[in-house]
Amino acid sequence: MTTPLLRETTARPSIGQKVPRKFPWGLLLLALAIVTIVIPVVHPFNDYWMGLLRQASTQAIAVMGMVVVLGYAGQINLAQAAFFGIGAYSLGLGTLTLGLPWGVALLLGTLLAAVAGAALGSSTLRLGGHYLAMVTISFQQILTLVLINWISLTRGPDGVSGIPRPSILGLDFKSNGDYLALCLVVLYATGYLVWRLKRTRLGRGMLAVRDNELAAGVVGIDTYRTKVIAFALSSALGGIGGGLFASGYAYISPDQFSFGESVVVLTMALLGGVQSPFGAVLGTGLLILLPEWLRFLKLIYLAVYGAAVILIMVFMPEGIWGALTERVRRMRPPPRIVEGDVPFELGGTPDTGRMAMLEVTNLCKYFGGLKALDGISMAVERGTVHALIGPNGSGKTTTLNLLSGIYRPTAGEIRLDGKQVAGLPPHLLAGAGLGRTFQNIRLFTSMTVLENVEIGGQRPNLVIPGGDAGLRHRALGALSFVGLVDRAGLPVQSLSYGHQRLVEIARALAGNPALLLLDEPAAGLNLTEKQELVELLRRIKAHGLTILLIDHDMNLVEQIADRITVLNFGRRIADGTPQEVLRHPDVIAAYLGEVTDDAAA
Amino acid sequence: MTIVFQLLFTGLGVGAIYALVALGFVLIYRATNVVNFAQGEFAMLGAFLMVIFFGDLGLPYGLGLVISLIVMAIFGAGFNLVVYYPLRHRPYLPVVISTIGASILMSNGMLALYGPAPQTLPNLLDLPGLLIGGVFLDSQYILIICVTAALVGFQYVFFEKTLLGKKLQATSQDKEMASLLGIPVATMIMITFVYSALLGGLAGMLVAPILFVSIGMGGLISLKAFAASIIGGFGDVAGAVVGGLSLGVIETFGAAYISVPYKDAFAFLVLFAFLLVRPQGIFGERVAQKA
Repeated sequence: MTTPLLRETTARPSIGQKVPRKFPWGLLLLALAIVTIVIPVVHPFNDYWMGLLRQASTQAIAVMGMVVVLGYAGQINLAQAAFFGIGAYSLGLGTLTLGLPWGVALLLGTLLAAVAGAALGSSTLRLGGHYLAMVTISFQQILTLVLINWISLTRGPDGVSGIPRPSILGLDFKSNGDYLALCLVVLYATGYLVWRLKRTRLGRGMLAVRDNELAAGVVGIDTYRTKVIAFALSSALGGIGGGLFASGYAYISPDQFSFGESVVVLTMALLGGVQSPFGAVLGTGLLILLPEWLRFLKLIYLAVYGAAVILIMVFMPEGIWGALTERVRRMRPPPRIVEGDVPFELGGTPDTGRMAMLEVTNLCKYFGGLKALDGISMAVERGTVHALIGPNGSGKTTTLNLLSGIYRPTAGEIRLDGKQVAGLPPHLLAGAGLGRTFQNIRLFTSMTVLENVEIGGQRPNLVIPGGDAGLRHRALGALSFVGLVDRAGLPVQSLSYGHQRLVEIARALAGNPALLLLDEPAAGLNLTEKQELVELLRRIKAHGLTILLIDHDMNLVEQIADRITVLNFGRRIADGTPQEVLRHPDVIAAYLGEVTDDAAA
Repeated sequence: MTIVFQLLFTGLGVGAIYALVALGFVLIYRATNVVNFAQGEFAMLGAFLMVIFFGDLGLPYGLGLVISLIVMAIFGAGFNLVVYYPLRHRPYLPVVISTIGASILMSNGMLALYGPAPQTLPNLLDLPGLLIGGVFLDSQYILIICVTAALVGFQYVFFEKTLLGKKLQATSQDKEMASLLGIPVATMIMITFVYSALLGGLAGMLVAPILFVSIGMGGLISLKAFAASIIGGFGDVAGAVVGGLSLGVIETFGAAYISVPYKDAFAFLVLFAFLLVRPQGIFGERVAQKA
């Protein structure tokens, strides 16, 4: 399946063309970072400006937390000022009341913030997003109440003063210049780690959850755990920033950590661009410096922030940094990842010698009084293509949702290669070797084709040697297999509908599933595309993979199915070879309408 | 025993306000699938409008009330056009963030106009209230409870018995299908916003004589009304009313018997408890995700 595009681009003349050297952005940034750290140490400048920069850098660390939780994982956090406050009060009270060493107090604050974040997240992240928004605001309000009213612990509305600055390993950070350098070091380190995170397994998982939570679970990501981790990381960053802030100012009071401040942090993240640590720094810098330039706004600056939030959401949802990088990306030609096809291995799952890959026994799913599925039994034999057909509302997609863990069965057994899997959550089913595609395509829309498929390759229990490079190779192989390797670097949304279906199949194949569930793969495809799909399914089958297919298209089903199960009204009405099943009177009645005695007479 | 009845009465009065704001939440949520975080600010705005028209301009109470309600209706329409409508095709998160921005803009805009000092309004009814068996029934509380009951009744009749109400219900259940059937969905959503702004504004006007009229009142009412709707069962109209009333009672008893400074924390503690134990609330049903 070599597409014309591939031939065109590989044939592009390369003589006389210089290979463009990649600009060393990393080195440039490192140099810039070192210079900005060294300047305040060797040549301290105006204390007022150093104070502003100190505030900006500590707050930017908290805003990085928003990048992780809101930008990467797509979960809202309206209590970042509370986590900032936990860090600040832990440092202040830890050093002054408890007499802890500075570093220990900072660590304590970070941990406390992370634990609070994890607790808050784990109680709410199973529910919808608006619950999280409300719970974080509530937490913010409770913390403010505690800071003001628990006077014996927090010293109440008067706040905590005289918070010390540290000496670490004999180095003294008491002067404003030295302390600013310390804050910048932590900021840059945090920024680098947050930037790296996006390129790790965990980070990719977060992006997948943000883009399409249901699909993320089905390809093997523990979505709940991923969200809780994102939330805990975000609050930990709030805690670190707060600790540095407290010792920078030497004085903290409850009003510095109010809901209004959480809103400021949110605005900073949104304005700069919540997808990237660069956006965090940009947004924080702008909103710390702007009030300096727009002093006349002092009274109404929060009102202006509120208006800014609406305007950003309407006109620039990806923020300044996001808009800039998007523009740059559009000017460049899409990167070619590889020339030519990459080999791909499929069907390497060990043969247990068991005949049935999937055994379903007496499977039931009731929605209240509605029996969507009422005692279905079927067996899919190893290495075959098995089709599940039936009129609309017969329970096909319900069956698939039960098999992939999106629904929990009311009763019944599901055995995958002999292992009982009924009721497992989607990511564990993926881990057990189940791959699936969706009737209405569910891809990770903000990512490239390659990234989508890579996420499929990182399912649990699948060992791909060679780390990230190995995963990439595997994903490129899967794309070669479906004939889309030349599109690997494109944003997945730029692909045609038919190609997006193929990407979904490649994503499932990258996980080397033992059983592949295809939910109406031919829906919306034209005749040529359908024929290509049949070829592809035959090649998949030739690799020994077992396929369970749902489709309406009898022509397609007849061409490739070894066996067919027919459902109607949540019950199995026929099971057998295509020839047997398609002549079965019940099946004909179900599709063409019941021939009742009255009508016959 | 009198004190218990006294607290119960006060709690129901406060709870009725939460219920009114929660109703506004629920209506917008059902029409747009978005939680309007500025719902409490509608109450703040309503209260300030009364301060302006009745307190500052010295209009008669009834006239001030009518003008304030008209302004609220216009504001609700404008709110839809600026905050929701441009984002209607986007995922819920940008819309939620946009309503949060609107709530900040509203409270701080009012701060810029009126400054931080709280304002006061007299009771609507110039009556002394009733004394029944040692329980003092303040006229404003009686009024609040009656108005809330009347509005809940009106809403029931409106949604169940009128064509417009049915169209609104259809819109909230399936926008695409409603649109195919010729229901002007955009207009229905507009009506929802206007009605919710009226509900919120009215809640603010009713509560103004009891609380101080302040910039911060909206945020707090918002939070408690939302907590109330989760406790009742999110998206459920009866749940919003029952949740609001129970929250008002819990809070009043908590303040009386446990702690006054932490009065505002009780709502959130109850909210957390519900989220952990029964996230679908009293009346809610768990809805499964669809693939």
